[in-house]
Amino acid sequence: MVELVWLIPTFPLVGFLFLLIAGSRLGEPKAGWIATAASTCSFIVTFVVFLGLLAKSSDDRSFEQVLFDWLPAGSLNVEAGFLVDPLSMTMALFVTGVGTLIHLYSVGYMHGDPKFSKFFLYLNLFLFSMLMLVLGNNLVVTFLGWEGVGTCSYLLISFWHQRDSAATAGKKAFVTNRVGDWGFMIAMFLLWSSIGTLTYTEIAQSSPMATVTGTAVSLLLFVAAAGKSAQLPLYVWLPDAMEGPTPVSAMVHAATMVTSGVYLLVRMNHVLTSDALIVIAVVGAATALFAALAAVAQQDIKKVLAYSTVSQLGFMFLAIGSGAYVAAIFHVITHAFFKALLFLGSGSVIHGMHDEQDMKKMGALRSLMPITAGTFIIGWLAIAGVPPFAGFWSKDEILLAAWEQPNIGPILWAVGLVTALLTAYYMSRQVFLVFFGDKRWDEGVEPHESPWTMTLPLCILAVAAALGGLINLPVVADWLYLEHFLEPIFSHPHQFVSSTTTKIILAIIAVLAGLVGIGVAAAVWLVHRVKADQLEPKILENAMYIDAAYSKVVGGVGHKAFEMISNADKKYVDGAINQIGKTTIRLGAMMRPLQSGYMRNYAIGITIGGLVLLIWIIAGAS
Amino acid sequence: MDLLGSAEVASFPVLNALILLPAIGALVVALLPKNRPEIVRPIGALFALGAGAMSVFVMIKFQISDSGFQFESYQSWIPSLGISWHVGVDGISLWLVVLTGLITPIVLLAVDPHHDPKPYTAWLLLLQAGSFGAFLALDLFLFFVMFEIVLVPMYMLIGGWGYDDRRYAATKFFLYTMAGSALMLVAIVTVAVLSAKDGGLTFDVVELANRQSLATNTSRLCFAAFALAFVIKVPVAPFHTWLPDAHTQAPTAGSVVLAAVMLKLGAYGLLRFGIYLFPEAAVWLAPTLVTLGVFGVIYGAVVAAMQKDLKRLVAYSSVAHMGFIILGIFAFTTQSLQGGILQMVNHGLSTGALFLMVGMLYERRKTRAIAELKGIQTAAPVFAGFFTVIMLSSVGVPGLNGFVGEFLILIGSFETRRWWTVIAATGVILAAVYLLWAYQRVFHGEPTSADEKTPDLKLREGLVLAPFIVGIIFLGIYPKPLLERIEPAVDRLLSHIEQHSDYERPEPNTPVIIDVHHETEKEEGH
Repeated sequence: MVELVWLIPTFPLVGFLFLLIAGSRLGEPKAGWIATAASTCSFIVTFVVFLGLLAKSSDDRSFEQVLFDWLPAGSLNVEAGFLVDPLSMTMALFVTGVGTLIHLYSVGYMHGDPKFSKFFLYLNLFLFSMLMLVLGNNLVVTFLGWEGVGTCSYLLISFWHQRDSAATAGKKAFVTNRVGDWGFMIAMFLLWSSIGTLTYTEIAQSSPMATVTGTAVSLLLFVAAAGKSAQLPLYVWLPDAMEGPTPVSAMVHAATMVTSGVYLLVRMNHVLTSDALIVIAVVGAATALFAALAAVAQQDIKKVLAYSTVSQLGFMFLAIGSGAYVAAIFHVITHAFFKALLFLGSGSVIHGMHDEQDMKKMGALRSLMPITAGTFIIGWLAIAGVPPFAGFWSKDEILLAAWEQPNIGPILWAVGLVTALLTAYYMSRQVFLVFFGDKRWDEGVEPHESPWTMTLPLCILAVAAALGGLINLPVVADWLYLEHFLEPIFSHPHQFVSSTTTKIILAIIAVLAGLVGIGVAAAVWLVHRVKADQLEPKILENAMYIDAAYSKVVGGVGHKAFEMISNADKKYVDGAINQIGKTTIRLGAMMRPLQSGYMRNYAIGITIGGLVLLIWIIAGAS
Repeated sequence: MDLLGSAEVASFPVLNALILLPAIGALVVALLPKNRPEIVRPIGALFALGAGAMSVFVMIKFQISDSGFQFESYQSWIPSLGISWHVGVDGISLWLVVLTGLITPIVLLAVDPHHDPKPYTAWLLLLQAGSFGAFLALDLFLFFVMFEIVLVPMYMLIGGWGYDDRRYAATKFFLYTMAGSALMLVAIVTVAVLSAKDGGLTFDVVELANRQSLATNTSRLCFAAFALAFVIKVPVAPFHTWLPDAHTQAPTAGSVVLAAVMLKLGAYGLLRFGIYLFPEAAVWLAPTLVTLGVFGVIYGAVVAAMQKDLKRLVAYSSVAHMGFIILGIFAFTTQSLQGGILQMVNHGLSTGALFLMVGMLYERRKTRAIAELKGIQTAAPVFAGFFTVIMLSSVGVPGLNGFVGEFLILIGSFETRRWWTVIAATGVILAAVYLLWAYQRVFHGEPTSADEKTPDLKLREGLVLAPFIVGIIFLGIYPKPLLERIEPAVDRLLSHIEQHSDYERPEPNTPVIIDVHHETEKEEGH
């Protein structure tokens, strides 16, 4: 059944092509249903292929399907091919699963938009690209998907391009991602130059590179991942990306695309060196903490979630840096569930509040939007790390892995713990501001619950966010389904070494941290025991002014430098050529009087010339 | 040997016909009655299409595995000077010939000259004939004639049908490129005369390349002269300033042919004549040229970003793209050369199409100033969609053609010119900057009252752009038919370089597979 893998991306591709031709004629809601159907079919086929893979014995779960030679050039031959293995199937399952739910949700959310069909056209193209990214059997096919999702992200962020802010955000996302893509490309070149292949199965079996080369490749891949997965210092595009419609934020900028950096590094675990892993762990931890601090003071309901996503992605890289690849993928999946749920929930709120996004103008929505509120609360508990919800299990594993790191382990763990506390705090703040407390709506706003197309995905995702931990419960070794399933793809499977007591103590501390965060938030935002003014400092709301500093540099010095070069091109490079032309004309003008046409002038010239010659000959002879 | 190899198909001198048909067409068009302007373009297009069909015929009959020249035709022309009409096609020239064959009829049909259709059509046909001649010539004298002939129709097209500053631009274009080729003529005569000692005077390229009878310093000087002519033609920064003026002032058809066909003459000349005749000198000067190429990638992009005129922006993007091609050519690896040659075709498609669309936009709004355009996507969504695809091709998004060329150039160049490649790769970031920024300013935002009524893409325009879009997507997904025809010729050229210089191309990369499970077990055992 694994041979059906080519069908997985084909469905959304066909959906895209069909909508390209007939989309605007179909209009609302048919275009939406067709896109959703394409996504659903893709999910079903993925599941069938997954079952086919499960049917094989665990050391034989790797299947390659080559469609054609894509870039045959000398000893380089890049094939267009797919790799079916535990990792690609894990990714494809949640991408198509969550993707389908978000397609369905969008049918309701995008109701009435004049570009309704175009939205679904982009969504299908995105899903196709994302599937190429995770299913490709070599780095170049992954890169095709990588840039494909980047392009779709650009198109979707600037979907409402009449707004200047949306158009700018789209461009910013693409350009920032391209910085990462540069790292991706150089990593491929270096890899091909040193081990002669870009195919995953061959990379996994190649003799190891020199350590310096390996570290360089690892760090270049991390540059790529930092761009796509919004890590320091390339995270700046993600908060701005919230200009896109909310389903896009949920699908592209929370559940799927932004986790491709994690996927890439896990896929390339064979080449990551220990030096590089330390860098990845430190950057991941720093990003997690930094973004959580920024999330604390946001006013926009989506901006909180955006910074939260950056922070959670930081957690995933902390896991990778600690060598705990399974924990990273586990968190990718649970995060996809609860963050998609939270984003879709916020979309439902925005929808019900007539496009209001300021949390200070919400409040007391739980009775008016019971399903949205109920599911959102489950998402909140999941991300806050409250057991037994999904987030607790994956986050706990990451913190444990960080703790076990040599030397800097306790520091990484402490940073993770503080982040977990902050996460619980800012999410509680959001829940209390939006769903509890007093009504603070503007006049004329009449909040209402969303239609079933929107609430059904919320309910399904709520179940997943509540029970997602089941796929990798650390209670009994046999229950670690995900870990056992993924094991064959790692060169060095990660092993936890701490005693059970340590594990339990660490878990209790983590839960307590979460509860403290929730408690503080309750005191401030629910029962108003503490004045809130000091808790939203401007420096946090503006995320330490990093983005502003970038803008200053790019818009100021950068723009000036570009302008200077451009002016120099006109003035000097082109000026020099024109000067040559002018000099020639001037020379000609100077010489012109010589050709006077008067015979006597020529006669004088001939005489003088003849005399000079004569003198020269005589002088030479003597 | 080549002559024997392709004797079967050479019975009909298809390459001669390829050059002559559009030339005859130009003559026929020139002789058409003045009072029937409406038949001029159809008749001209017929000739151009005929030549295009023949170029496709050549493509189909081309032998993939043959690395030498095919469809050769040899006629003695001026025997006393060893000058001959020698033409032939190989994997390096094949796709440029096809590009020339297909682009000309498209622009002839697509772009309305607005006045004097007769000379306009005749000049375009002559341009096609001259370009074919330059790409097919295997005799230095013949090549030089063709190389110079194409200047005339382009000069006339810019000067006669261009925009406000057309006189200045046309003169600059003509004089700048002429000045470059003057030294090349000296070098041509030098190489022919100095090689005469090894078997008589000849201008035959194949013969001269095999003789290699020049002393090292002489051949370096000659190569430098050739290189100067060609880098101006490419153009390589800082010899590029004729290009933005020529492109901006030329009528749309002129810009398209200039970008798609004529710029390729420079890069092609470097490959076919520069490197082939003077391999040692090419290796000697390669560091300089690679540096200039990489410089052009960054410089062209930076200057493009600051342009206020959309057409000028596209022109500067050409400088950046051609920089990649120069890097690929002088990195001297199979992949970089294949990528470079493929990128010539890619650039022809994407930049040609961009110029067409900028022309269509000008027809609608009578301006090319970025500041005067806004929100076109709202008014003309289909138009914007086509523009987006072409723009993404130019940015180098995988799945479209631009990526394939860029990727092969860079991955090949990385083998021999590691740090240059690392710098050149930042060009992909800059390409996104200038194109997306321009796109945002022109297409995004609320349209002003003037932009609001911009008509959307018409069916006829869509049909004109369709071949470009098809090419852009096809070459992005399945470039194999091109790559496998380019590769033998490229390998032959590289062997030629290795034979006549101390250059050695890098060993082919092949993976060293070890048994991982076995290794780990051993590790645990220790």
